[in-house]
Amino acid sequence: MGITVSNISKSYKDVKALQNISFEVKPNELFGLIGPDGAGKTTLFRILTTLLIANKGHATVAGFDVLEDFKEIRKHVGYMPGKFSLYQDLTIEENLEFFATIFGTTIEENYELIKDIYVQIEPFKDRRAGKLSGGMKQKLALSCALIHKPKVLFLDEPTTGVDPVSRKEFWEMLKRLQQKGITILVSTPYMDEAALCDRIALIQDGEILQIDSPENIVKQYPKTIYDVSANNMYQLINSLKAYQHQHSVYPFGEFVHYTDKRTDFNPKDLKLYLEAQQLSNIRIEKTQATIEDSFMELAK
Amino acid sequence: MNNNNVIQAEGLTKMFGDFTAVNAITFEVKKGEIFGFLGANGAGKTTAMKMLIGISIPTSGAAHVADFDVFTQAEDIKKNIGYMSQKFALYDDLTVKENITFFGGIYGLSKLKIKEKTKELIEDLDLQEVANQLVGSLPLGWKQKLSFSVALIHEPKIVFLDEPTGGVDPITRRQFWEMIYRAAHQGTTIFVTTHYMDEAEYCDRVSIMVNGKIEALDTPKKLKEQFEVDSMNDVFLKLARG
Repeated sequence: MGITVSNISKSYKDVKALQNISFEVKPNELFGLIGPDGAGKTTLFRILTTLLIANKGHATVAGFDVLEDFKEIRKHVGYMPGKFSLYQDLTIEENLEFFATIFGTTIEENYELIKDIYVQIEPFKDRRAGKLSGGMKQKLALSCALIHKPKVLFLDEPTTGVDPVSRKEFWEMLKRLQQKGITILVSTPYMDEAALCDRIALIQDGEILQIDSPENIVKQYPKTIYDVSANNMYQLINSLKAYQHQHSVYPFGEFVHYTDKRTDFNPKDLKLYLEAQQLSNIRIEKTQATIEDSFMELAK
Repeated sequence: MNNNNVIQAEGLTKMFGDFTAVNAITFEVKKGEIFGFLGANGAGKTTAMKMLIGISIPTSGAAHVADFDVFTQAEDIKKNIGYMSQKFALYDDLTVKENITFFGGIYGLSKLKIKEKTKELIEDLDLQEVANQLVGSLPLGWKQKLSFSVALIHEPKIVFLDEPTGGVDPITRRQFWEMIYRAAHQGTTIFVTTHYMDEAEYCDRVSIMVNGKIEALDTPKKLKEQFEVDSMNDVFLKLARG
């Protein structure tokens, strides 16, 4: 039992947070919602976890309707909100016990499911949640979201503000949870995390730009991308933007990703142009599109 | 000290009781350089940055920022640097114009200068239509571009950016980096912390802190060669995971 979303819309006054959103998360899938702040990710999570009612459309979670069966859904989903929402004045252990009790279970009953994650913070179990580091808070929040053995897990930006090491560990944990049969919907503004999902929806301004596997999204990128570099990055960007044939110019680390409007584009022409702009050490090489390239092309 | 260095730190150390948060770091940042300051959560980045911006007195070592001593001239440092953080940047309840006026005033600009700067900034960012709207009503990306410009309003030699682009869409993030390149091109030094390792690749040089020490410092290209990996993310993972 996964998630189905059909034609969901939600507005706040005159802000259209979600506009006619439809997609499906298959049972046991790891599905990513990829988009910037303000895209509507949190609104969608709140609708699916029955904390908010949509203006239009239908949705089911684990086979239950978000309106009619909201009480059932609450028993069967785990939700880790973007903002840390545990009790700061309770210790690690007290928080976990609290959530277990609320759901009519015990830590012992489902310990197997959280063991991997919980052992990392267990040495500090008498420490108050408010005194934990970001990475530890994240692990505690995930443990609390899992303690009742949910069928579907909702994670709203679990890795925002977390360093790369903790992020990597977190994704490894998600993969293990998926292997235990849990369906996972996760949102992130980090495009590089998209590649770790089975399928993703790219979302911006309340609309879905594309849904597919990360590999297919990248494959469907319509242009040939070139890595361009030169002796001066700032002048290079300005010169490329001023080039009459440019389709897109985006800085990408030590390179600029460049695409051309022409179908018979020859990099040599571009090199001559850049040389005429007083740039030197010019390198132009074909490169692979990334999810971020796809996102920007779709959002353009 | 070398006049071309906007930051010069030697053996800079900060202890809290018997815990060494920053352990004798030594580095320099040149004029017009984009310097990335990376490290895992808890590695000591924030403590180090607080010393450099004059709000925390070091336990030992030496450091100069914009030619001022962090021990004895902290107030001068504060006046001569720019600072922008993702957490606090602008007042949501003030309009775009009011925010510019407020920060111009804080940095002691004359009324005339504030007027000039307001006009210049609003035109530069294409904010004419929202100049009298509350900042709270603007999209996140606009706010961040505005707060970067406001951090530069007093034309500081160096601006500190503390995780400036979290959560912003990829196109706006790039517009933000283009602003950074422009400022650097005009001679402003940029000191930036970020958790986006792909952003580290935009920097001229990056340092990576692990347990209070700077464990790596070089251009992104050389660091990738040194650690024999393809991305700064992998450099970071190799270093921080040991």
